[in-house]
Amino acid sequence: MSALRERLAEAKRTGDWQPLVDAIPYAKWLGLHLDLGSGEPICTMKFDAKLVGNASIPALHGGTLGGLLESAAVFQLLWASESIVLPKVVNVTVDYLRSARPVDTYATGEIFKQGRRVTTVRAVAWQEDRSKPVASANAHFLVFPEE
Amino acid sequence: MRGEMEFDRERVLPMLDTGFRQMVPHNAALNLQVLDCGPGMVVLSLPWAEHLVGNPETGVLHGGAISSLLDACGGASVFLKMMAPTPIATLDLRIDYLKPATPRRDVIAKAECYKLGRNVAFVRGLAYHDTTDDPIAALSATFMLSTKGAAVVPRSRG
Repeated sequence: MSALRERLAEAKRTGDWQPLVDAIPYAKWLGLHLDLGSGEPICTMKFDAKLVGNASIPALHGGTLGGLLESAAVFQLLWASESIVLPKVVNVTVDYLRSARPVDTYATGEIFKQGRRVTTVRAVAWQEDRSKPVASANAHFLVFPEE
Repeated sequence: MRGEMEFDRERVLPMLDTGFRQMVPHNAALNLQVLDCGPGMVVLSLPWAEHLVGNPETGVLHGGAISSLLDACGGASVFLKMMAPTPIATLDLRIDYLKPATPRRDVIAKAECYKLGRNVAFVRGLAYHDTTDDPIAALSATFMLSTKGAAVVPRSRG
């Protein structure tokens, strides 16, 4: 089993997912934290000046929200899957709903359809008010069982 | 007025390349470079970096980094189509991941704003290493025009 799969197995066993998140360089760089306290994986993107897209408003860069939503979708899949699988993203569609302010941003995913080969995950991102999402995404993943 | 006839590449390219990182902190954090531009068209490069990797076992870049590259590239193409400092915001974008990026290689993105409406601009683009004939990812995006907030060169989100 690869080191990443081992970390995933460890996360599932202990309930502490942060070592897995930190093992993904981009997730760590983006400042992602995974919290399971509420019973569902909620991914936090800590605010950092490097996430800003438009310094005059200021607003977060759309790409950072895409990265957060895609990550939240992946973690939802990893968390919900009974077996140890590493999903492969096919595509992602992001809707930008509101200007994302320079504060912490949260995201969570929901498995919409689990097929034999493809899983559809929807993800939503918000800031202070969960009822006012800043962006949402729809992503398709190929899911392969243990190699 | 839309610059189709009098696009001055020698003047625009260095301005765009500098403003691109100065005005947009995340573009600077990714170290995005403007390689080429034309009316409604731009080519960017995302230099490979260890911290942008999605799978540490393969060294392949994370989809989020490709997503930021293509979003920035799409926004810049709209700016180059308008040739006016109008603020814009991404409405939606779709990215198809066609094949993994090769580890330790820069990723190039080319986007074209192929329709500029009164309210909405339509963009398509590709990410690749050597040629658009062998793409890593494909972009389809729309941008809202004349959103609130000051315009940034070349792109804004708000």
